[in-house]
Amino acid sequence: MSEIVQDSATQIAYGRTDWDDHHHLPTNTGLTNEKVTMWAFLGSDCLLFGALISTYLLLRNRVGPSTSGPTAADLFDIPFTSVSSFVLLMSSLTMVLAVTAIQRADMETCKLWLLTTAGLGSIFIAGQVYEFTSFYREGLGFTTNISSSAFYTLTGFHGVHVSLGIVMLVTMWALVSGGQLGPERAETIEIIGLYWHFVDIVWIVIFAVVYLIP
Amino acid sequence: MNTTAVSDEDTHEEHHDHGLSDIGYIKIALILAVLTAVEVATYFWDFGILEVPSLLILMVVKFQIVVSYFMHLKFDSKVFSYIFVTGVILAMLVFAAMGTSMVFWQNPSGCDISAFC
Repeated sequence: MSEIVQDSATQIAYGRTDWDDHHHLPTNTGLTNEKVTMWAFLGSDCLLFGALISTYLLLRNRVGPSTSGPTAADLFDIPFTSVSSFVLLMSSLTMVLAVTAIQRADMETCKLWLLTTAGLGSIFIAGQVYEFTSFYREGLGFTTNISSSAFYTLTGFHGVHVSLGIVMLVTMWALVSGGQLGPERAETIEIIGLYWHFVDIVWIVIFAVVYLIP
Repeated sequence: MNTTAVSDEDTHEEHHDHGLSDIGYIKIALILAVLTAVEVATYFWDFGILEVPSLLILMVVKFQIVVSYFMHLKFDSKVFSYIFVTGVILAMLVFAAMGTSMVFWQNPSGCDISAFC
């Protein structure tokens, strides 16, 4: 191993640097601050979605004393939502393939998977816009009843997260295309990937708890 | 210096430490797709009393697979696991706190079945 020459790009991509013989970064934790920060953010975001999912579960069957109208559960189109869930799930695969591509300095493949991931995310968002529109046309507005408010707030917040993820992915694609982000900063793509996978696991919970469990 | 100086053997070894190969990730995605198909099947076929438990189990398994493999928690530092699991536990405590304050305490007959149980 010692005879093999490794450049800084590959070293950092695999968590190794030559500033420390024990393969640790010069931080108290031995981990990069950016990655720790992203995990701390994701941990705190669990609380946000925990609160929103709890609120929906508590209010899902309540329309309120002076309001009426359908609940979201009355209007769910499960086959349609299943397809968009599958699309978001597969975007996690393309995201992880983008990370492995940049780690082996295959920039063209990385760009392809980044764009594919952003595209799949956009399809998911388009599906959500279609769902919201069809619900609205069937009489379920944001203020129709407390159940609908809870539903739109929960799924809307998730949609905003996905949209922000798409913006980040397109930004990463532009940086990689412009040569401003190379294999030496593979961890940046990995960190964006962590965010993307997080919105996927939140949807795994929402799809099961909100849509499928009667 | 250039990256091609790293031998294939070394790269393979590092990948083993840091995650799966591309084929490995595709296999994981196929497993997730199958689990999702089973979830959706519960909508079309009646699973009786097993429906809710099976959906919850499938949800947890899918969550665990994505976090472990796609998010690399299985291969990364345990510090990340501690940070994330703390967030998940706190979220479940939020759920429990909201449940007790909005359902159990307000319903003299006990648990509100339609909303919670």
